[in-house]
Amino acid sequence: MTEIAKRKLINSGALCLACFAAAIGLFWLIFILSDVLRHGIAYINPSLFCKTAAPPGMDGGGLKHAFVGQLLITFFALLIGIPLGILGGTYLAEYGRYQRIGRLISTISDIMISVPSIVIGTFVYAIFVKPIGHFSGFAGSVALAIIMIPVVLRTTEDMISLVPWEIREAAFALGAPYYKVILQVVYRGAATGIFTGILLAIARIAGETAPLLFTSFNNMFFTTNMNEPMPSLTVTIYQYAMGPYDDWHEMAWAASFSITLFILTLTILGRLMIRWKYKN
Amino acid sequence: MAGIIKREQTLDKFFYGLTFSAAFLVLAVIGSIFISLFRESLPAIETFGFYRFVSSTAWDPVREIFGAATTLYGTLVTTFLALIMAIPIALGIAIFITELCPKFLKPVFGTAIELLAAIPSIIYGMWGLFTFAPLMGEYVEPFLQQIFSPIPVIGKLFSGLPLGIDILTTSIILSIMIIPFIASIVRDTFALTPVQLKESAYGIGATRWEVIKDVVIPYSKTGIFGSVIIAMGRALGETMAVAFVLGNKHAIATSLFSASATITVTLANEFTEADSDLYLSSLFYLALILLTMNFLVLAIAKTFLTRKGKVWC
Repeated sequence: MTEIAKRKLINSGALCLACFAAAIGLFWLIFILSDVLRHGIAYINPSLFCKTAAPPGMDGGGLKHAFVGQLLITFFALLIGIPLGILGGTYLAEYGRYQRIGRLISTISDIMISVPSIVIGTFVYAIFVKPIGHFSGFAGSVALAIIMIPVVLRTTEDMISLVPWEIREAAFALGAPYYKVILQVVYRGAATGIFTGILLAIARIAGETAPLLFTSFNNMFFTTNMNEPMPSLTVTIYQYAMGPYDDWHEMAWAASFSITLFILTLTILGRLMIRWKYKN
Repeated sequence: MAGIIKREQTLDKFFYGLTFSAAFLVLAVIGSIFISLFRESLPAIETFGFYRFVSSTAWDPVREIFGAATTLYGTLVTTFLALIMAIPIALGIAIFITELCPKFLKPVFGTAIELLAAIPSIIYGMWGLFTFAPLMGEYVEPFLQQIFSPIPVIGKLFSGLPLGIDILTTSIILSIMIIPFIASIVRDTFALTPVQLKESAYGIGATRWEVIKDVVIPYSKTGIFGSVIIAMGRALGETMAVAFVLGNKHAIATSLFSASATITVTLANEFTEADSDLYLSSLFYLALILLTMNFLVLAIAKTFLTRKGKVWC
């Protein structure tokens, strides 16, 4: 075989392997999503959303308590996380862009995005649950907020940094103080980007389980009292999947399906918005 | 007039203070995470010390003797295997996206791979427990055992009864979870290779693969290295997917088909059940070790990825 033929053969072999790797990646995605869809959609029914849990081993019942709990915990996490994240990101992009401390905080937030979420759970347990003496929905919200703050903060910083400096100068020239320039000019320019960051942060925390295990804990009953242990969809999935009953497994699948659908929708929506806004 | 200016100046300072404290909060939180985990693990640190804790394989809640060796071993082994399986596939995906994929499919395929990272880990766990582990236990693992067990040394890795709830299944699931992190960062660094470099290589007659192998990959090696370390950080801290399929058994396993435990799984399963102060404190100690490892690993990744002036992660 000539040298050229050999090189061509190696070339096509290697490129085939690359295609094969891509096929494997796609295969896993389709395998997992179709599996969740196949199992989940069969068990989605109205009573899942309208009824609370039946006693263990009994038929019927639903996951209304877990859906409501998840919404409440997430809502309060957003209430804490969004303002802090946006304000922090504003500092990094506006005041701290060329400061040492600004760069340091930016780097640390990047690292914090990847800190294991279960470690954050143990931390909130140590500072919140242990002193109070019982698990509570608020503790779960605090844990989720700690996870989402760096995400919102970094996207806000990036998006605000994209707003051209000349626009600020135009506002300064009219005599506007800096805070008004930020509130009324910069935020308006970066609104889509910041909103996308919030969507992605919601998608991130909606599927978190580990930080809720020791903070909001779990509960089989319907409650809206954030000061009590609170059920959440994810922890309920864990408990039901590990449990012995078939109808628990079915409900875990149904819950998995709803949560996956919610998160993937948010993620795709966020990406489309970014592409639409920053096309060029 | 002077009053208005004064008021605006005060508001300006107030807004500055507000944003600064929000940003500073990040430092305060990460600092207090370290401090409070250290404080909570003090009893365990005083009882077992560092070296003895890390090297001891004991995990006996009844006699209150705790060591981190088994869980550290589980964490490191699953992470290592996951990386070995994920790196070639992720590189292949990155090559496919930058060099082979038709242009109109690029964003679609890229997003599809990144969706793998958006699927929450509990879903990986559900799928792993009910669909993937039975498949592994029934078909794949007996098959592997048949092939490999006659070989002297390697055969040991495939010994034992294949049940599907084991190190191999866990590592495969972990590898699926970290593929998108490596693939998307590597894809971005590949795309940064100057076109002139590639075209000069094509100009002297290199094949596509030779251009990738000898120009694109060497040019982006810091990016590849950084992405692998970031993926490693993810795999070290992964909890729920692992909790479903690893079996939570505190032992140093030599077979890929045996159950094991990682730091994260131990925390998830035993934290709320720890009935003595020393037990709880040892769990906090494990969390502190995990956090420190993770923090160092990511700090290394950051320095690699930012050295070239661009931040990817």
